[in-house]
Amino acid sequence: MAVGDLSSSSSSSPELHVLAVDDSFVDRKVIERLLRISACKVTTVESGTRALQYLGLDGDKGSCDLKDLKVNLIVTDYSMPGLTGYELLKKIKESSAFREIPVVIMSSENIQPRIEQCMTEGAEDFLLKPVKLADVKRLKELIMRSGEAEEGRIKNPSPNTIIQDDIDSSSPSSSSSSSSSYHDDDDTPSSKRMKSSVHD
Amino acid sequence: MQRQVALIKQSLFDQGYLDDQFMELEELQDDANPNFVEEVATLYFKDSARLINNIDQALERGSFDFSRLDSYMHQFKGSSTSIGASKVKTECTTFREYCRVGNAEGCLRTFQQLKKEHATWQDRRGLGRQHVGPSKERDK
Repeated sequence: MAVGDLSSSSSSSPELHVLAVDDSFVDRKVIERLLRISACKVTTVESGTRALQYLGLDGDKGSCDLKDLKVNLIVTDYSMPGLTGYELLKKIKESSAFREIPVVIMSSENIQPRIEQCMTEGAEDFLLKPVKLADVKRLKELIMRSGEAEEGRIKNPSPNTIIQDDIDSSSPSSSSSSSSSYHDDDDTPSSKRMKSSVHD
Repeated sequence: MQRQVALIKQSLFDQGYLDDQFMELEELQDDANPNFVEEVATLYFKDSARLINNIDQALERGSFDFSRLDSYMHQFKGSSTSIGASKVKTECTTFREYCRVGNAEGCLRTFQQLKKEHATWQDRRGLGRQHVGPSKERDK
């Protein structure tokens, strides 16, 4: 029954829960729809501050059971009043509880230094608005793949893995880190690799 | 009837009133979510009415706080991009350029043009949809 258990837990493919942050009503509605179509659970908030509150990172700890709210991905606009997307990204990466959650930045402006700044700070990807369904689907696949790889290693330890674990049991899992999901050969235009054709 | 709607839509597209983005939004609509485009458009119009009002007031007061005006326009440009109102978006870009160089006259002129494009988009949206008819839109 061990095999059965394993297959049911990995094939049930739990829904990703995405936290979407954007101060624009229109954009929140669109990103929510894109994510729902991609079979994700979505929570939208209108500011970086609200995002931190939702995550329980605003200093007001213990108000919610964080396990129930487990967020698998954060998608945030860059330009927002108050806390910018970049500042939100930094706060998340500074937090031991949430730094492993992939954060994707969205912006309507194709500004190279801005993109670099975000990627350096640990953003998973940088999407140019308007965000397309293809972008969201690709993102989801990326996140699911690294999540499955993580689960696979935990549930199906291969001999190699066991040996590795023995050697450095304290090292963080490498497969789910952002480096594996950069996909250097992936030429998706609207990601951090930038749109080659600007719609103007 | 379908054909007529398709022809009108094509014409709007050709004239640059609708761009790829609007088509993308339509593709997100389905039987389970049949009003998605309408809902987004409604949000857009509420939002743009607010922004237009703010900018109108700021300009009427004669206060050319370019950084504030630019901030309003950034929002306006953002939502116009998301909804696929490309001519409105173009005017927003132009307006921001005038803000950047502190050209009040240019801002005023562009804003008039922007309001025109926005009103046209609003009207045409009524025509382009399989709907009760344009008069319903005008009542809004």
